[in-house]
Amino acid sequence: MSKAILYDSTLCIGCKACEAACAERWGLPYNDKIAAEEKISAHKLTAIETHGDKFCRRLCMNCVQPACVSVCPVGALQKTALGPVTYDADKCMGCRYCMQACPFQVPTYEWNSRLPKMRKCNMCYERQSAGKQTACAEACPVGATVNGERDELIQEAKRRLAEKPDQYYGKIYGIEEVGGTSVLYLSAVPFAQIGLRTNVPEEPLPETTWRVLELVPDIVSTGTVLLGGIYWITNRRAEVAKKEGRR
Amino acid sequence: MRKLPKITVWRAIFVAILMSGLYATYLRVFYGLGGSTNLSDKFPWGLWIAFDVMCGVGLAAGGFTLVAMVHIFNIEKYKPILRPAILTAFLGYSLVVVGLLYDLGRPDRLWHPLVMWNPHSVMFEVAWCVTLYSTVLFLEFLPVVLEKFGLHKPLEWIHKISVPLMILGVLLSTLHQSSLGTLFLIVPEKLYPLWYTPILPLLFYVSAIAVGLAMTIFESWHSSRAFGRALELPLLMSMARVLAVVLSVYLWIRFLDLSHRHVFGLLAQNRIETWLFALEILLMVVPMVLLYQQRIRSSPGKLYACAVMVVFGFIANRLNVGTTGLEAGSGTHYIPRWSEVAITLSIVAAGFATFRLIAEYFPVFEAHSQERAPSATQETEADTVEVA
Repeated sequence: MSKAILYDSTLCIGCKACEAACAERWGLPYNDKIAAEEKISAHKLTAIETHGDKFCRRLCMNCVQPACVSVCPVGALQKTALGPVTYDADKCMGCRYCMQACPFQVPTYEWNSRLPKMRKCNMCYERQSAGKQTACAEACPVGATVNGERDELIQEAKRRLAEKPDQYYGKIYGIEEVGGTSVLYLSAVPFAQIGLRTNVPEEPLPETTWRVLELVPDIVSTGTVLLGGIYWITNRRAEVAKKEGRR
Repeated sequence: MRKLPKITVWRAIFVAILMSGLYATYLRVFYGLGGSTNLSDKFPWGLWIAFDVMCGVGLAAGGFTLVAMVHIFNIEKYKPILRPAILTAFLGYSLVVVGLLYDLGRPDRLWHPLVMWNPHSVMFEVAWCVTLYSTVLFLEFLPVVLEKFGLHKPLEWIHKISVPLMILGVLLSTLHQSSLGTLFLIVPEKLYPLWYTPILPLLFYVSAIAVGLAMTIFESWHSSRAFGRALELPLLMSMARVLAVVLSVYLWIRFLDLSHRHVFGLLAQNRIETWLFALEILLMVVPMVLLYQQRIRSSPGKLYACAVMVVFGFIANRLNVGTTGLEAGSGTHYIPRWSEVAITLSIVAAGFATFRLIAEYFPVFEAHSQERAPSATQETEADTVEVA
């Protein structure tokens, strides 16, 4: 069982209560100026974007098979059994491969810090571990963001699509994308129109690099035999030639 | 007399580069990556990764290529240029580490991948390979230092482990040269289709071999001028022949890949990626065609020009994969800040200067027969013969 968030863009009124709750939970400053920034950054881990008369909420997708976790050379990022993708700043060496690898461009960096950290939403891992709701879901006054079991939320989303097919674009974003995400989206319009990336593959991204990495033992063993063998043959040939005085 | 002012100009440029690099270093240390680079949340890797690391490692590929040719395939005639190639490689990798110290957000944690493992990460594999291979290169170059000081005992020890050491070096290079390409397999939706391909690791590996050979020609030409040595022209000519073949193999794989992925249609679009792709391919095709001609190979100047083209073609490819090819997919533009360029140039300049210093004081180009260790005959014999 793993936790997830369902964000229903058709219900969202753009009040940004989720942003304020998120800032409070991380101990980050929040004011009108920051509220006006419509993008996630190292000081704003969730953001409400306005797309015409529609809203879209951005936060870490906490992917089922996260690219960031697979690429982190020091294992600072972990996919927990509970669902959230957590980050250990004490391990991070700042290579920023997680940022490059994330198909949703979620991880952000403290660019102007002398001892910088990566920042991203971790779906309130601490709160959820203690059986509480995520701060954003708790703060949402209209139920546009709800927090629960991923399977149950998918059923809930399907129920909404079936009940009011005319109010929704008939798909759920986050079921197939990169092998599934822990944040699911419902929208009245095609997802690209509310700024979601629709060109992401359905294959989990860690597969793309693992296909090559898993060959490493084969390359090392085959290479050793091959190079050792070539060395043995060519040097033997030279030795024989030397002995026979042909040099 | 004519040479004197020329050297002064170069020295002035050298000092100017280092001064700007020093100021950029100050910015990097006190104002962070934000104060010294044009990187952003949408574009987290820039010149320092694409050039200092990706090109740095590739341009140092002459080390493993020549070690394989001389010691594994036992083509002894290339021995005279083996040492400079190993020195170039060792310096190259040292400078890559310097570049990384600038680029990492927390350079004080450079050692973390060695103790905090994640075998699923390409970066983890690259970190281990580069660490181990730098050690191998150090040991491969060590005999030169030991010879200089006449330390015969340790020279014998190193000679005893030299074969496994060299095989290890070639293996490690094979792994991480290709892995630098594997790094980008994780961004299928960001990297432009002219560059994103599942065989990126293979392309990176073959092009590294090509540029390793080109760099060896490049550096032989420069050191022959700098130290007033005779150019090993027959050697470089036969190496140029190998280079032409490697380039052909690379370009053929590249062509097959593009054709099988049906992306040639993209070339009809008038966009920056098309032109950069054309530039990159031209800088590989032109020297390939030229190097097949005896007339070009036997002229030092033309041979050198071809090597330079290959080096630039290689750099263009790595910059395309590492920066420009990612811009559209990342929804942003990136042009390096002056301080990024200043530090990159400083690192390159420091590399040239260090090579010169070491080559001047250590027997890089020639091994002195009287300082030869008894059991290290194989190492020095060919060098002595060539010098004589």
